[in-house]
Amino acid sequence: MTDVIVPQIAGGEPAYAAAHEEHGPTGLMKWITTTDHKVIGLSYMITSIVLFYIAGLLALGIRVQLTTPHGTFISFQQYNELFTMHGSIMLYLFAGPFAFGGLANYIVPLQIGAPDMAFPRLNALSYWLYLGGSIMMLLTFGVAGGAADFGWVAYAPLSTTTYTPGVGADMWIMALVLTGFSAIFTGVNLITTIFYLRAPGMTMFRMPIFTWNMLVTGILILIAFPVLTAALVMLFADRHFGAKIYAVTGCHTVAGAVDVHACGSAVLWQNLFWFFGHPEVYILALPFFGIVTEIFPVFSRKPVFGYKGMVFATMAIAALSTGVWAHHMFTTGTVLLPFFSLMSLLIAVPTGIKFFNWIGTMWRGQLVYTTAMLMSIGFLFAFLMGGVTGVMLASPPIDFFVHTTYFVVAHFHQVLFGTAVFAGFAGVYYWYPKMFGRMLNERLGKLHFWLLFAGFWVTFIPMYVLGLSGMPRRVASYPTGLGWHVWNDVSTVGSFMIAVSFLVLLVNFWVSWRYPVPAGDNPWDAHTLEWFTTSPPPHHNYTHLPLIRSERPTWDYNHPDAPTIRYDHGRGGHPNGHGPYSGGNGAGPSGHGDGAPGAAEQVPAT
Amino acid sequence: MKIESRFLIGIGVFFGIIAISYWFTSYEDGGTLMLVGATTLGLVPGAYYFFWHRRFQGSKYFFWGRTDRAVGTRPEDRDDATIADGAGVVSSFPGSSIWPITLAAGAFVLLLAFVFGTWLALVGVSVILIALIGVTAESRRGGRY
Amino acid sequence: MAPAGGLLLAGCNLPTFGAHRAISSQGQDSLKLWQGFFITGAVVFVIVFALIAWAVLRYRRRSDAMPRQFQYHTLIEIFYTVIPIIIVLVLFGFTFVTENNVDALPAPKMAVTVTGFQWGWRFHYTTKNVTVIGVELQDPEMVLPQNETVRIYLESHDVIHGFYVPALDFSRYAQPGIVNKFTLNLHTLGTYRGQCTQFCGLYHSLMRFRVKVVTPAQFAAWVSTHHSTGPEASISNAEKTALARSTGRAAPTATTGGSGS
Repeated sequence: MTDVIVPQIAGGEPAYAAAHEEHGPTGLMKWITTTDHKVIGLSYMITSIVLFYIAGLLALGIRVQLTTPHGTFISFQQYNELFTMHGSIMLYLFAGPFAFGGLANYIVPLQIGAPDMAFPRLNALSYWLYLGGSIMMLLTFGVAGGAADFGWVAYAPLSTTTYTPGVGADMWIMALVLTGFSAIFTGVNLITTIFYLRAPGMTMFRMPIFTWNMLVTGILILIAFPVLTAALVMLFADRHFGAKIYAVTGCHTVAGAVDVHACGSAVLWQNLFWFFGHPEVYILALPFFGIVTEIFPVFSRKPVFGYKGMVFATMAIAALSTGVWAHHMFTTGTVLLPFFSLMSLLIAVPTGIKFFNWIGTMWRGQLVYTTAMLMSIGFLFAFLMGGVTGVMLASPPIDFFVHTTYFVVAHFHQVLFGTAVFAGFAGVYYWYPKMFGRMLNERLGKLHFWLLFAGFWVTFIPMYVLGLSGMPRRVASYPTGLGWHVWNDVSTVGSFMIAVSFLVLLVNFWVSWRYPVPAGDNPWDAHTLEWFTTSPPPHHNYTHLPLIRSERPTWDYNHPDAPTIRYDHGRGGHPNGHGPYSGGNGAGPSGHGDGAPGAAEQVPAT
Repeated sequence: MKIESRFLIGIGVFFGIIAISYWFTSYEDGGTLMLVGATTLGLVPGAYYFFWHRRFQGSKYFFWGRTDRAVGTRPEDRDDATIADGAGVVSSFPGSSIWPITLAAGAFVLLLAFVFGTWLALVGVSVILIALIGVTAESRRGGRY
Repeated sequence: MAPAGGLLLAGCNLPTFGAHRAISSQGQDSLKLWQGFFITGAVVFVIVFALIAWAVLRYRRRSDAMPRQFQYHTLIEIFYTVIPIIIVLVLFGFTFVTENNVDALPAPKMAVTVTGFQWGWRFHYTTKNVTVIGVELQDPEMVLPQNETVRIYLESHDVIHGFYVPALDFSRYAQPGIVNKFTLNLHTLGTYRGQCTQFCGLYHSLMRFRVKVVTPAQFAAWVSTHHSTGPEASISNAEKTALARSTGRAAPTATTGGSGS
């Protein structure tokens, strides 16, 4: 049951000719038994978007409860379960799996010209583990005692059995163990695929930024997720096997004296959790940076500005992100403030470089405002504000007075909403034609964008005001007379605008399913390799491959008239011999005039 | 291989520096241990890739190994490679398989056993064993390289 | 960066940009830093916003002409790498100074041990033998003298709580097994609301308290009326169990008084 892949010999048969005899089960069994990265990627994306809608509904419940002071829409217990599950589903089960499980799975092998992921069955196992974890997480709503109610960070000792005895908490832990392994397997798979299965000529520094970001994300996953899984196993041991790793019960005298030798360390949980948790934030951000970095050049009809700077900025963000975990713990009074403050502030630098590179990509371009492009621009504005407030939070004295208030809620929603929602759904609009061979309706898409964009600001700007005036996060009720009522109402109105915008998206999916508009292979005149093959791509992806001489082989193939100008100091272009089409040691297609790709080297596209 | 190895060794070196500076500014063991773990995560595969990179080049300075001949650079690492340079077998990819979902179902039940009782573990472990045997047998029947 | 530096010195005449006008000298330091960060952040935000807006509005596709396919501009790239580094280092310098001021622990005139528990607070005046306890819906009040150096010892009996008084522009976790220390020099008379910020279980939302700043004379009078002669008041295990079982009830019955010995 294996396909042996034989690539093309020059001038001979099309590449991978033997690979495209589709065999195997069809229908439901096809989805259950598949090892095709495209089907697995779609499964991932569909599952995570369904979970996104569920978690979004939970958020609406939270917002309705906060509409009035002393809200009585739901009980305190239900409220605590709602925000815990909202955070858990959004962070563990939607944003990450959607990007590095779904989009990366689908797009990365295509972008580097690979027939599949390196370990197809491991890939399928990742998905099923993720699905199992998601189901287990959702099932906790049905068990005695209700779902987990200690927040998505599960701070010990609140998460130990003394304070949270329920079965829901145990299932929450096990669900995360499952999805944690799923993420680790996907990370290994992505890294191996990118290191070993690139097409000839696709050197590391010709990979699209999306693939680069996924590679770095894979590394971050390998650094972060084992720590989370280990921390969760220890938490479970604390809960059921009497380990005293985090638990502090029974070591505290009534007078307040502490017998440290009988105590676990509650701060240890925070250290372990945030050593996972902060890289996780960038595991959730970098793939989405990659998405918009694909979209800006395509709809500006220019190459990405500062390609290498972009790559090194990604690496710098990832590297710094693993040295900043304790900036979530400034108010514990137990961490080294200057070290973590400086590292956190420094992250602003590579992020800034990325911002200016995105602007540089649009500069003097020919911008086309498709929905994908609008969503990406929405991401820029959202992330800009989230980033600026993030710099404020990196300063301990400021963090002291906004920590765990709605200011932080507003900050991380702007960041995560900017990435996972604006950039994530930009990716959906951008790659949907490739995945299904049909277009999404642009008019509905723009309606979706504008509702979402307006709702986003209306929802989250009031939260900054609330946070600065002292409203703590995770409160189920708040008193009257503090001026919080009106801002919460505004925020709730905004959240319903967002909800309506996602109904529009559902309508859009339905319209595209019911009244298909064929997309063609390359509806956007896009740059990267995945747009060279058919939409949707065949089994094992490619029957032909173009010559790869830059990070945008499809553009080079379609536009021999517009080669990339690599170095330009503003005095007119003067490619200095390192241009995309110069062969280096003379073995390249240097006989094709100044920089035109060697069209003779490839089999024409069908 | 060269850029891959530099990439990974770079991770190791970065975390090495951070681990050392963190240790000497805080003397906090939990964080330091995790940073040392990240250092090895970069250095070990990085050294492996570097080893193969040197082997491809016909190295005689790394790992004291003198190889017989230079294999050269992989086509995906060469600026001037054409598609034809990659001719040959890329890899062997398994077709459809029922075992990943079986294995995941076993893992699901096994983890539920921790919550709801040990008897479930019997079911979970059995399913996992069946899946492992199945996936191994499938690989033996199938792949040829 | 120059504007932020100058403004940090100018201090209190600026608007607070949403934060509270701090009632302690530590909080005022934090507030100045916040003002500096806010202005710097606002300037950066406006510049980048303008650049994005310009690119989006100006370079809308108007023809089929192919734009120049430029990709690098080394000078500009170096420029926008170095400038943020300078901004960040300056911000870090101000942060470092402020942080040391806020966290300084000068010799105190008096000390209060603040203990958080599910879901209330206990304020124990260490040298005065006075204890105030309050639970949810019966907020305790911490009375503190004006213009005196007060050391707070902060800890928790059970889970992690957050000691947060918006008017102080300050918060700190109350954690089991760790005693956090900080100093307050309060300037302004009045009563200020405080609240637990770190999620701590069912009635987290109701875990409130007040801080009342009085003159030293009033404080002395308050201490003498509340002076505790009996054994130190504390939360018994029975009470904690009762609280833990109160899940689902609208208003838990607490046996501890709102204030007093």
